[in-house]
Amino acid sequence: MKNEMKLQFKALSENESFARVTVAAFVSQLDPTMDELTEIKTVVSEAVTNAIIHGYDESPDGIVTIEAKLDDHLVEITVKDEGAGIADIEEARQPLFTTKPELERSGMGFTIMENFMDEIEIKSELGKGTEVRLRKQLSNSKMLCN
Amino acid sequence: MSLTIDMELIEDVLCIRLGGELDHHTADDLRRQITKKIEDYDIRHIVLNLGDLSFMDSSGLGVILGRYKQIKQDHGEIVVCELSPVIQRLFEMSGLFKIIRVEPSEQNALKRLGVA
Repeated sequence: MKNEMKLQFKALSENESFARVTVAAFVSQLDPTMDELTEIKTVVSEAVTNAIIHGYDESPDGIVTIEAKLDDHLVEITVKDEGAGIADIEEARQPLFTTKPELERSGMGFTIMENFMDEIEIKSELGKGTEVRLRKQLSNSKMLCN
Repeated sequence: MSLTIDMELIEDVLCIRLGGELDHHTADDLRRQITKKIEDYDIRHIVLNLGDLSFMDSSGLGVILGRYKQIKQDHGEIVVCELSPVIQRLFEMSGLFKIIRVEPSEQNALKRLGVA
């Protein structure tokens, strides 16, 4: 089964829940397990929260774009912003690294994305924005392969 | 779905029961409410019951770590209980179990802190 969707919304924290629930509803077409669905909701929440807090510094003028693609049992989710960009991607990926400790950010966002998904690609340019691409093969397809 | 926060003071232990969704949007309110309780009452330890939490991300880890630092100043501790498998993995990934104890139930957590 092949399917695609695109979602755009303002960089408001109220939309974090909207974003993860919408992506989860779209991915549900592939009949994922409850744990897989929770993992996908968690990584969408992490990427969208990063876009809102770090990309746009919580300014609601920013727009967050999510694209999701389903191809058989492969899920690909892209979360994009046109905000500040990341100065050093390798540093940002380190567990517990955060540029905003005063906001009690845990610095675990990218680590969680890496752990809950099979692949992560991060593209970023200072002043232009950030694009995070996440891929996950759902388990029901792995069982068929075995 | 938003976050529900139920707090009960049992001697010097603040027992916090969370329900719903804990993310960046709901974390600020939780941080404010717990901080106010710690300032207003003589609280030494915290029990955090996550049994009714349907969703949590790294913003929740940040709030919990922040309260740990707050309570540690007076040599208190945080005990968490009733973790779902996915939330358990978030704790493992972040290394929070090195500083925060986990118990299967609220009763066990309260007993561990000597108030049950």
